[in-house]
Amino acid sequence: MFDPDTIRADFPLLGRTVRDGKPLVYLDSGATAQKPQQVIDAELAFYVQSNAAVHRGAHQLAEEATEAYELARAAVADFVGAAEDEIVWTKNATEALNLVAHGFLNASLAAGAGADGPAADAVSAAARDRYALRPGDEIVVSEAEHHANLVPWQQLAAKTGATLRWIGLTEEGRLDPETYSVIGPRTRILAITHASNVTGAITDVAQLVRRARDVGAYVVLDACQTAAHMPVDLHALGVDFAAFSAHKMVGPTGVGALFGRRELLEDLPPFLTGGSMVEVVTMESTSFMPPPQRFEAGTQMVAQVIGFRAAVEYLGALGMDQVAAHEAEMAQLMIDGIAGVPGVRLLGPQDSADRLAVVAFEVESVHPHDVGQVLDSLGVAVRVGHHCAQPIHRRLGVHASARASAGVYTTAGDVEAFIAGLHEVRRFFGLAESAAPAARGDA
Amino acid sequence: MADAMEQLYQQVILDHARARQGEGELAEYGGESFQLNPTCGDQVTLRVQLDEAGDTIQALGWTGQGCSISQASLSVMYELVIGETVTRAAELGEHFRELMAARGQELDPARLEALEDASAFTGVARYPARIKCALLGWMALRDALAQAQVRA
Repeated sequence: MFDPDTIRADFPLLGRTVRDGKPLVYLDSGATAQKPQQVIDAELAFYVQSNAAVHRGAHQLAEEATEAYELARAAVADFVGAAEDEIVWTKNATEALNLVAHGFLNASLAAGAGADGPAADAVSAAARDRYALRPGDEIVVSEAEHHANLVPWQQLAAKTGATLRWIGLTEEGRLDPETYSVIGPRTRILAITHASNVTGAITDVAQLVRRARDVGAYVVLDACQTAAHMPVDLHALGVDFAAFSAHKMVGPTGVGALFGRRELLEDLPPFLTGGSMVEVVTMESTSFMPPPQRFEAGTQMVAQVIGFRAAVEYLGALGMDQVAAHEAEMAQLMIDGIAGVPGVRLLGPQDSADRLAVVAFEVESVHPHDVGQVLDSLGVAVRVGHHCAQPIHRRLGVHASARASAGVYTTAGDVEAFIAGLHEVRRFFGLAESAAPAARGDA
Repeated sequence: MADAMEQLYQQVILDHARARQGEGELAEYGGESFQLNPTCGDQVTLRVQLDEAGDTIQALGWTGQGCSISQASLSVMYELVIGETVTRAAELGEHFRELMAARGQELDPARLEALEDASAFTGVARYPARIKCALLGWMALRDALAQAQVRA
C-alpha cells in the first residue's frame, strides 16, 4: 500500500533541518527530486565493487560494469514502454533534445553540401532524405515549452532556414486546440511537452500525434515532468522521440535518456563524436556504430546510469498508478489550500483534472522571490523565477512566479505547512487582514 | 524565522520597495543601461543625465520590475547619488559592492555611514541568491554613467 510516510523514510535528506532547525518541507521536486537510499546505495556499490569503463577492456570489472550498464538500459526502457535499443544515455534531457535537433542539423548541412560534398560520407543518404530541413519547412513547438524544448528548435530553424511556429495557449495555460492548425503540410517536426513545468497541465499527446502523422511530421516529446509522476508508455503514445532526466525521477544527476524509435535512430546522424561510437577510423574518415552506441561518445556516466536503474525500479515498485493517484491528491490539496489564502492567484488550470502536482502561483503585491524567501525561512522549499519557461509566463501575464511541486514523498502535512507559509508571507508583508490587498499595493 | 526575515527585510527596505524614489522614465538622458537578472527575471532600464561639464548626476530615472530587494536598492541608490559627482557615485558603488561581498559583516563605520539607507542591505549579503538583486541597480548605474561620460 502507498504510504508517503513510509516512503519518506527511504529518503535520508528529507530528515534534515534547514534555517536554524526547521524541518524541511521539500516542494521543489519539479526542479529535482530527492534520492532514496536505494539509489545512493546502487551508485556506491558500483564504485565499491565494479567500477570500470564500459564497452572496452577485457577484464572482469569491465565485464561487470558493461553488463550493469546495459541491464540499466533494459530497465529504463521497460519503465517507459520502449525497447532496449531505443534508449540512448545522455547527460540530461537538454542534451537528449539537442541530440535530436543536431541530428536534423547535420543531415541538413550534408544535404546542402550535395551528394558529392565532403559530408556525404559522414551522413548517410537515408539520413539526408529523412532529416534534412530546407527553407519553407516548419518546426512546431508550443508556447508552454521549457527553454530546453524551445531554444534547440529555434536554433535549428535559424540555421536551416526552416520556420518555427507554435501552438498557443488558452487563458488557463493549456495548449489551445484552436491553434493546432499550425500543424500543416510543411510541418516536419512537432516538439511538445508532455506536461507544463509551470502549470502542470498534461498534454493530450494522442490528438497531436494523430495530427502530426497526418502530415508526416516527427513528434518529439519532452517527458521530463511526467516520467516520474504518472505511467508513461512511449510506444502507446506513438511518439518518435522523447527525452527525460533521471534526476527528476528520484535518480542521480548527470544522466538522462533519449528515446527514439528504432528505425529513426538507425538513420539519425551522430551529435557528439569521438571514442566509443566508432567502427573504423582512418585519417580521412570514420564509420559509426549502430545506435544506441553511436550516440554515446566518450567515457560514459556508468555509476549514474546504474543509479537511474535503481530509481526506476524504486518507482516501479511503488506503482506508477499509485504514484499518480497520490500526486493527484496532493495537487487537489494544494489547489484547495491556495484558494483559501486571500490574494493568492493560481496560474494555470484551476482544477486538478489532467494536471500534475505542479502549482505555480502569485501572491498579490509580493514578488515571487520575496515569497520564496519567507517560505524558505519556514523550511518550505519552492522554486521562484520563470522556471526556464519565459514565454508561458508572458502569456499568463506575469514576469515570474513561485512554484510548489510534489513528489512521491510529499505528504498532506507538507502541503499544510506550505499553505500556512503563504499566510505568513501575507502577514510579513503587511497584507494579512487586508480586505483588498491590491489597494495596499505598491505606491 | 521572524528575526532572520526582519534582519533581511529591514523596515527601510520595505519602505523603499513601496515608495520608490527615482522611478520613472527620463526623457532627456546621456546614458542608458538595461540590466537583467536572468535567474529570477528582475530587470531595470536606468537613464542618467549629467550636467554640462559631465561631472555631476543631474537627473536619474529608472523603470523595471523585480523583487523588493532589487526595487528598494534602486530607490536607495537614487537618493544616494542624485546631485553627486560621477566620482562620488562610483565610490559609493564600490562601498556597496564591498558590503555585498562581506557575507553579512558590517563595513567600517565611515563607509557604512556613507551608504546611509543602503547600509540596511547588510543582511542581504547573507543570502547569496539575493546579492544579485541588490546589485542590479548599481550595475545599471555604472554602465549608464560610463556611456554618459563618453557622450559628455
